[in-house]
Amino acid sequence: MKNRLLWPLLALAALLVLNLVVTPSFFSLRIQDGHLYGGLVDVLKNGAPTLLIALGMTLVIATRGIDLSVGAVAAIAGAVTCVHIGASGDAGTAFAGMAIALVLCALLGLWNGFLVAGLGIQPIIATLVLMTAGRGIAMLVTEGQIITVNNDPFRQVGAGFLILPISILISLAVLGLVALTTRKTALGMLIEAVGVNPEASRLAGVRAKTIIWTVYVFAAVCAGIAGLMISSNVSAADANNAGLWIEMDAILAVVIGGTSLAGGRYSLTGTLLGALIIQTLTTTVYTIGVAPEVTLVFKAVVVIAVCLVQAPKARAALSFRKVATT
Amino acid sequence: MTALTTKLPSRFLPVLATVVLFALTFGVGSGLYDGFASGQVIANLFIDNAFLIVLAAGMTFVILSGGIDLSVGSVVALSTMVTAAGLKAGWPLPLVIIAVLVIGSTLGLLMGLVIHKFDIQPFIVTLAGMFLARGLCFLISVESVSIKDSTFRDVATAVIELPGGVTITYNVIIALVVVAAALFVLHRTRFGRTVYAVGGNEQSALLMGLKTARTKVGVYVISGFCSALAGLLFSLYMLSGYGLHAVGMELDAIAAVVIGGTLLAGGVGYVLGSLAGVLVLGTIQTLISFQGTLSSWWTKIVIGALLLVFIAVQRGLIRERR
Repeated sequence: MKNRLLWPLLALAALLVLNLVVTPSFFSLRIQDGHLYGGLVDVLKNGAPTLLIALGMTLVIATRGIDLSVGAVAAIAGAVTCVHIGASGDAGTAFAGMAIALVLCALLGLWNGFLVAGLGIQPIIATLVLMTAGRGIAMLVTEGQIITVNNDPFRQVGAGFLILPISILISLAVLGLVALTTRKTALGMLIEAVGVNPEASRLAGVRAKTIIWTVYVFAAVCAGIAGLMISSNVSAADANNAGLWIEMDAILAVVIGGTSLAGGRYSLTGTLLGALIIQTLTTTVYTIGVAPEVTLVFKAVVVIAVCLVQAPKARAALSFRKVATT
Repeated sequence: MTALTTKLPSRFLPVLATVVLFALTFGVGSGLYDGFASGQVIANLFIDNAFLIVLAAGMTFVILSGGIDLSVGSVVALSTMVTAAGLKAGWPLPLVIIAVLVIGSTLGLLMGLVIHKFDIQPFIVTLAGMFLARGLCFLISVESVSIKDSTFRDVATAVIELPGGVTITYNVIIALVVVAAALFVLHRTRFGRTVYAVGGNEQSALLMGLKTARTKVGVYVISGFCSALAGLLFSLYMLSGYGLHAVGMELDAIAAVVIGGTLLAGGVGYVLGSLAGVLVLGTIQTLISFQGTLSSWWTKIVIGALLLVFIAVQRGLIRERR
């Protein structure tokens, strides 16, 4: 286990060192008005939605699936909440709006689960449907406008601080919760069993379909919460751009973390590292002063490098190191 | 010939369904709106979707072989960027065209090689390709670059008059040539038949002694080439190069291929089906613009719903075959 996390850890360390060299102030932390400020805190704050979505994605990928619709679901969550809040400023409306949004996201997750587990459609394609239609639905909710709200309780979700940014606290809490429920019970093993061989696990008495439904619902709810963070951070819902390409970042985080796209073993710590690497990479590109859009080139290089390191064939070809005898 | 005609119904059923769907949507449009059922509206379907037709033709090869290519939209954007930047730098037009086509094909070749040599899922490799191509656009320029080259503009605005007063652009002719070429390659060459064989069952194809490696890499080269060509057509259509052009176009292309009746599992499907798929998408867009009060985001929802119906039908067909 430790061995698999070595490479992501090294990559993260290398990125941080690069930052230290280029912008020495990157590591300085200061407390102002009871808030922690600094480059590292920014990484955590901006990385919170990606981490959350990547957590849901980890479980989905562990069952040999993939969820492309998370970005669209995030946009829908933000749109529904902002439309519900409207001009209101009180906490009750904000919480009601968020609750409605999350219930709706759970329903969207059920829908994905139905397509994948119920109808047996390939996950990439099944979730492609919601990825395409989802942005349309979000646009429908916001009527094509960017809805701005002015609601302080809602603003706290994405932009608030309890010394640390509230958003990262939420993400870490979810991480802890997932780690507890999947690693301290048999659930994690069952998920891995479904990913390794759905048919065999079904014959062994694992309720494979129920597990698949569950992970898609979980992924959608995670995406919903992430959508709330994104829209809360800017106090606005943008149906077109909220969570755009975040599904790619999330998948990338999971893959960097050492979870194989072929399903089976997954690593939550790996996903955490992966999400941090991606966010640090993005921030680094910003601080170095390269146009932020160019981040995509770096991401592409990282994806290919990570995939090559993981691929058994590539390892054998490069005799990179002996294939681990697990 | 008799064997073919008895086989016809089940093999062509998905394509027929798409053609019927196209006829239906078009019929609904003609019934509802005056002037919908004109030759020019049909011609406009081709003019506005010429690049998508080319993309879908390339995508059909990839999906038939059992793969997927998510990079096509980004390669279109990169092609518009290279075209615009190249012309701005004063390169001669033929050089620009060759450069664009070579870049697209090379990207496809690289992705195909990585997919095949290292046995990595096409999905993740082409995702990396998608990032790479978009990032490269922004390396060239973050801003939109307009195309001012006079020859290029002349070609873009030139119209060809057909009998009946209907006008089309050169884009349409190029798109139709691509479709014809795709038809020829798929059905009349060894490579094309190998594509079907690999998509049907790669192991069997390999055991039969077919050149699966060359085919698997080849489809991505074709898709890359088609994306680059589509990028050129898109530059003619937009007359600018921009890194944010064609965002999400890969989804449109995949949707068109799926609606056109090609099985995502590979091995079954037709280029003409993909053409019909593009026309269905185009008709829906035209319908929504004729309707006037419905907003453009309904297009996305309708496409999503159509995608769903066709995938569900595909599942049914596959189950039946087993």
